[in-house]
Amino acid sequence: MISLNVNGKEAQLDVTDDMPILWALRDVMHLTGTKFGCGMAQCGACTVHLDGQAIRSCVTPVSAAVGKKITTIEDAQNDQIGQAVQAAWSEVDVVQCGYCQSGQIMAATALLSQNKKPTDAQIDTAMSGNICRCGTYPRIRAAIHVAATKLA
Amino acid sequence: MTAPLNISRRTFIKATALAVGGLVIAFSIPTAKRFLMPGAGSDNAKTPEGKLPEPNAFLRIGTDNTITVMLAHSEMGQSIWTTLPMLIAEELDADWSKIKVEHAAAAPAYLHTAYGIQITGGSSTTWSEFDRYRQAGALTRSLLVAAAAEKLGVSVDSLKTENGFVISGDNKVSYGELAEIATKLETPKAVVLKDPKDWKVIGKATKRLDGPEKINGTAVFGQDVHFDGLMTAMVARSPVFGGSVKSFDDRAAKQVKGVRNIVQVPTGVAVIADHYWAAKQGRDALQVEWDLGVNASLDSTAMLAEYKALATKPGLVATTLGDTQTTLPKAIKSIEAEYVLPYLAHSPMEPLNCAVRIEKDACEIWTGTQMQTTDQQAAAKILGLKPEQVKIHTLFLGGGFGRRANPAADFVSEAVQVAKAAGVPVKTVWSREDDVRGGYYRPMYVHKANIGLSANGAPVAWQHVTVGQSIMLGTPFEAFMIKNGVDATSVEGVADSPYLKEIPNYHVSLHTVKATIPVVWWRSVGHSHSAFVMESLVDELANAAEQDPLAYRQALLKNHPRHLAALNLAAEKAEWDKPLPKGVFRGIAVHESFGSFVAQVAEVSVAEGVAKVHRMVCAIDCGLAVNPDSLKAQMESSISFGLGAAMQSEITFKEGQVQQSNFHDYLVMRMKDMPKVEVHIVQSTEKMGGVGEPGLPPVAPAVTNAIFSATGKRIRQLPIGNQLA
Repeated sequence: MISLNVNGKEAQLDVTDDMPILWALRDVMHLTGTKFGCGMAQCGACTVHLDGQAIRSCVTPVSAAVGKKITTIEDAQNDQIGQAVQAAWSEVDVVQCGYCQSGQIMAATALLSQNKKPTDAQIDTAMSGNICRCGTYPRIRAAIHVAATKLA
Repeated sequence: MTAPLNISRRTFIKATALAVGGLVIAFSIPTAKRFLMPGAGSDNAKTPEGKLPEPNAFLRIGTDNTITVMLAHSEMGQSIWTTLPMLIAEELDADWSKIKVEHAAAAPAYLHTAYGIQITGGSSTTWSEFDRYRQAGALTRSLLVAAAAEKLGVSVDSLKTENGFVISGDNKVSYGELAEIATKLETPKAVVLKDPKDWKVIGKATKRLDGPEKINGTAVFGQDVHFDGLMTAMVARSPVFGGSVKSFDDRAAKQVKGVRNIVQVPTGVAVIADHYWAAKQGRDALQVEWDLGVNASLDSTAMLAEYKALATKPGLVATTLGDTQTTLPKAIKSIEAEYVLPYLAHSPMEPLNCAVRIEKDACEIWTGTQMQTTDQQAAAKILGLKPEQVKIHTLFLGGGFGRRANPAADFVSEAVQVAKAAGVPVKTVWSREDDVRGGYYRPMYVHKANIGLSANGAPVAWQHVTVGQSIMLGTPFEAFMIKNGVDATSVEGVADSPYLKEIPNYHVSLHTVKATIPVVWWRSVGHSHSAFVMESLVDELANAAEQDPLAYRQALLKNHPRHLAALNLAAEKAEWDKPLPKGVFRGIAVHESFGSFVAQVAEVSVAEGVAKVHRMVCAIDCGLAVNPDSLKAQMESSISFGLGAAMQSEITFKEGQVQQSNFHDYLVMRMKDMPKVEVHIVQSTEKMGGVGEPGLPPVAPAVTNAIFSATGKRIRQLPIGNQLA
């Protein structure tokens, strides 16, 4: 048994230590907002926060999260920055297929928590680990600026 | 007002009561003009008893005022979840906040109005449903007005509708309150559709209805399906296409915690487990010995050499006029050029997956699919069921791009085989590596052109040979799409080019290579390669003629007003005549596909062997733009998808195996490389075209034409990769 704190709640999971956080969330806890895209930290679809830092949950084992706090898209609305990012996503109407957007939103939230007014270049650097095959990149850039303005 | 639209005598409409209260509008149109598959669409009119086949609802009005729109097409990012409801809401005068949307079942009522199968593809949903969904809205409004007239004891003519209510003077009755009465009324024989000048919804930028759930993580994709008892499977497949299992040792795999069963299926060996992680570890531990089959030595470099050799001789004729043989040698100037394009994977963000539950005389399937008809038929055949015994639940697609419209129903068939062999409900999931290496690629192509110019620089003779695999050969669509040995999708964009229409001598031919690499349509299909070739060649011609690339195209397209309108708008918005910052250069391209005309101007700089695209200016004439904002999103999307492919993507083979495996070596567009995009819409009342794909074809040539302008180097092979180094 392993004990995880997910979105403020403690959960006891009967999984092996090496199971990536992604599969504990998705297949054991059925929190399916966090997505599987590549399994090797190449696409960012699985991005969640571990103690506020954006991590790729597909390559981070549950053992690395013991004693720390995992935050997923399901809890983004309970964070001031997460809420602003989601509102900006809605205002700009960013999404298309939507599959990568949980990861995009979690990555953008982590960016804005560390950099209150990122430039385009800083956004590009912070967000280039998150692939969107639908090409919502211009709108993601715009939405991050919208959120930054709202939070200022 | 427009003239009443008579409901065709072969259109069957029925209003019935909903079991839980409310009104259902059912519909069936058996008059598909052309059928992609023999026999498809022939029996979707009425059952022998004269009833509409079930299910058939297009619209439900609940007593709680909710309006549920059933989508005959799949939402995969293109925003049809919003566009089709807009058509109904317009005619129904619905309250937009009360609209709910569901994917329809796989059933004859939902066959494509033009293609006769249930498919989302060919950038066709909006134009093919423009009448049917508006009719559904108008009919329902007509019934609700009649119901209000009965309830209030007033004449129909005295009533109007607005925002979900029927209004009679100072009285208003909500649609929900009228739903029950409406079910008892006779369906009208004709309805009047709104005059376009009265539209309040169509043509207005409208936010996506699936936005909220895709922002908060609650949207359900195929990958997210879960119910008690559902196991997860991963399949070990042959590393070479066409290979088969010789033997396997599953002792180590069975030791993995969470692995429950291991079964052989036609495509390989499936590991059935409690969850993905166990299935993956189990598969990693599996020892399989493969008979690699005929493709064991497949090598794309060797294939390319063969293609190039073939391209030196004419193939089967796609179209011809005049005499290129005698006119080409007499031309004042000539161009001979060979273009090469690679195999490409679709790599949608959501890897393929499909959940299956088999019961006695029934099967349920949960997946994101673009082509329910072939999936349903394939599952039925495997299980010995009738197609109607296979129920398909279409979930949101985490991207499609053509991969999820598979005539061979590959991922659905395999998942059915796994569930059948396992004897339990199973969701078969693909890893990213499985997805990249799993085939069904955009084929590799070689084009070779010999073009002669006259003294004034105009082309006078054009000889063009295309070499590549056919995506239609061996599919149920073969009879429809392949004529005299020529797959229409292999030569589209060349054989029907507007440029050829201005040339007295041309000869376009095709060599179809019988390779056994699985191929399928990839966003914009044949146009994904032909536009690169044609728009590069026209640029080469303009250069040979020492003319401005825009002016050269304008002259050749003088009889093609829609091409010209898009071209001129893009050039105007990009300020083609004005200088750019030092080091930045422009390229232009225009192409028609799927009934729409798109021109793009790329602004590119090249430094240290790397091309950087700064800005793409895009103009489109697609006729009516039902939702201008989703149209813009589709242009942005196509530019991203096309640019990533043009710059970096390719699938290659060595010793029979695909050399790429994941996003570290199958390179796609990322944020840092995404240019600014501007989209401009040609105000047009011309015939409606599509928007999901037509934005892609001009991307690569606009960029490579800009690279030529910057460096003098003509890129004739994609991806651009390190050719500028």
